[in-house]
Amino acid sequence: MAGAITNNSKSNSGIYAGSAHVLMLPSWLIIGFFLLIPVLLMLVYSFLTKEFRGGVIWEFSLDAYDQFFFYRGLFGDEPPVFEWTYVGIFWRSIWQAGAATIFCLIIGFPTAWFIAMRRGANKSVWLFLITIPYWVNLLIRTISMKFLIRDNGPLNEWLLWMGAINEPIHMINTNFAVQLGLFYSYLPFMVLPIYASVERYNFALSEAAADLYASHWETLRLIILPAVKPGIIAGCILVFVPSLGAFLAPDLLGGAKTFMIGSLIEEQFKGNAGNWPFGAAASMILLSMVLAMLTYYARQQSKEVS
Amino acid sequence: MATDVQVKDIAIDIRSVSKLFGDFVALDKVSLGIRDNEFFTLLGPSGCGKTTLLRTIAGFEDVSAGEIVLYGKDIASLPPNKRPVNTVFQQYALFPHMDVMQNVKFGLLRQGVDEVEATKRVSEVLELVQLNQFANRLPSQMSGGQQQRVALARALAPKPKVLLLDEPLSALDLKLRQAVRLELQQIQNETGITFVFVTHDQEEALTMSDRIAVINDGQVQQVGTAEEIYEAPKNKFVADFIGETNLIDVKVKSVSGGKASCILPGGAAINCSAADGAKAGDGHLSIRPERVALVSPTKGTFVGTVTRQIYLGTDMHVDVQLDDSETVKVRVQNSKVAKIPEIGTKAGLNFDSDAARLLVD
Repeated sequence: MAGAITNNSKSNSGIYAGSAHVLMLPSWLIIGFFLLIPVLLMLVYSFLTKEFRGGVIWEFSLDAYDQFFFYRGLFGDEPPVFEWTYVGIFWRSIWQAGAATIFCLIIGFPTAWFIAMRRGANKSVWLFLITIPYWVNLLIRTISMKFLIRDNGPLNEWLLWMGAINEPIHMINTNFAVQLGLFYSYLPFMVLPIYASVERYNFALSEAAADLYASHWETLRLIILPAVKPGIIAGCILVFVPSLGAFLAPDLLGGAKTFMIGSLIEEQFKGNAGNWPFGAAASMILLSMVLAMLTYYARQQSKEVS
Repeated sequence: MATDVQVKDIAIDIRSVSKLFGDFVALDKVSLGIRDNEFFTLLGPSGCGKTTLLRTIAGFEDVSAGEIVLYGKDIASLPPNKRPVNTVFQQYALFPHMDVMQNVKFGLLRQGVDEVEATKRVSEVLELVQLNQFANRLPSQMSGGQQQRVALARALAPKPKVLLLDEPLSALDLKLRQAVRLELQQIQNETGITFVFVTHDQEEALTMSDRIAVINDGQVQQVGTAEEIYEAPKNKFVADFIGETNLIDVKVKSVSGGKASCILPGGAAINCSAADGAKAGDGHLSIRPERVALVSPTKGTFVGTVTRQIYLGTDMHVDVQLDDSETVKVRVQNSKVAKIPEIGTKAGLNFDSDAARLLVD
């Protein structure tokens, strides 16, 4: 009898497993078509020869990667010297994205906490308010930001009127402006995952910690932060990764000195001046860096679990 | 009562503590003296304020009025981490990312006990709750019963002056609950720590406690030993909440010296014991079902018709409807010799006058 039941359930799960695959098919097709194929295309392009008016010549070449790392003179006939320009742009991008992530975390964590503490319907109102700016296109928002912080913009005028400053602060085309743009663009991506994990947090744990003589600070550090860590890490990834590849904020708010990876890649595909294989190679280098970081994080996580 | 309390050392003196949540009065001028080294239980239905009272002692709720004096020191204004009391939470609230050792050590380290000393103390308490071989497990890898012991060990480790237990057994299944009851009592005896135990389960309260405070509507209804509360309930609520009882409307002719004489609905007069504060006029008598004897109709003080029989294993529950329509619950021991009248037949009821008690309304 028991045997019959097991057999039955086995064949059942078999049927379900089969139909699950069928039902998953559209998702797989969409992911394959719109995600895997473009990435593979980029990978292939990065190993092709550039066409001077944009586009590629279908001929294998490592020139794009070579150009990223080495300088061989104006005509490409000098001995290779390590090229710092692009590595420098990458480094600056990582630094900018990292700083934006930290700012988002510093502001996003208390915000998420505040929202999670509201009662019932108030929560939805606050979450709604957080998402309102995102109903407007990112380009429009970034341009508005530019108007807001320019030398004779409302922010400077207000500070002057308040008497806080004597002459306008120059903010546009600085790292600060880029930071502000990135921060403003990606803050909700920090707030929402942290909110979700604070929401799930069992506040009896805070009471237990206080009961066991922990100060507020110790409770935060030893109990709350470890409990909401998954949300913080998800938020950091969601802010860091797009900040790294962002080009609107650095283009519109920053100047030549704040050039980031996103702009570098964008330029390679724009108009007739571009270099598609080089843009593809830079994308591949960026992608492998991000993947390496995520893999490292996933490894750490699985180590902690076991 | 007050003099009785002063005889022994008082661990916690709760002095007319009130707690309001908006307009809702959760605690209404509660005064209680909990003695040193006592297993004291706060018993009441859900929403009666017992948990709120425990939380004000722990410091999770501040009081709206009143004082909480712990061994002579008013702690009502201190935050929870400054109070020398520890809590066993209802859902245990174990730190999920820490193993058993780290959980139990947490309070000790926060108190500034050094690592070596703390580890020693942890193995002591884990020994006490028989969990030493589980020191490196995470809470999620343990059963409910084991988690409950970890919670207990964690709260005992810092040697609190008073241990607060918030319905700690409610998440366990029946068999386990009964075993843990005994264990809790034993641990209380061994450690000599004052236990304040919150429960809505009267059986738990009756079997474990040195003394019980019955709480309802944010007020203390009665404080006493299990026997006092069961045998001599003060009011209708206590009589009804603790165990089963028959409440009978009576006319009270006179009350004096803990005795009363009353007229039963059928017109018969009865002398019975009376609770402090019972007055003449309309009143209620409480008679426990097991104190009523079933006899043949001719021998009974009262006669009625058997309307229901419920088989309870060790006992038999019988409803007897009196001629004046009042139903009396009777509990008789299940024995092969005694014959229980069939449903629909007449039966006589008898009880001693000391089995009936006049209550304060």
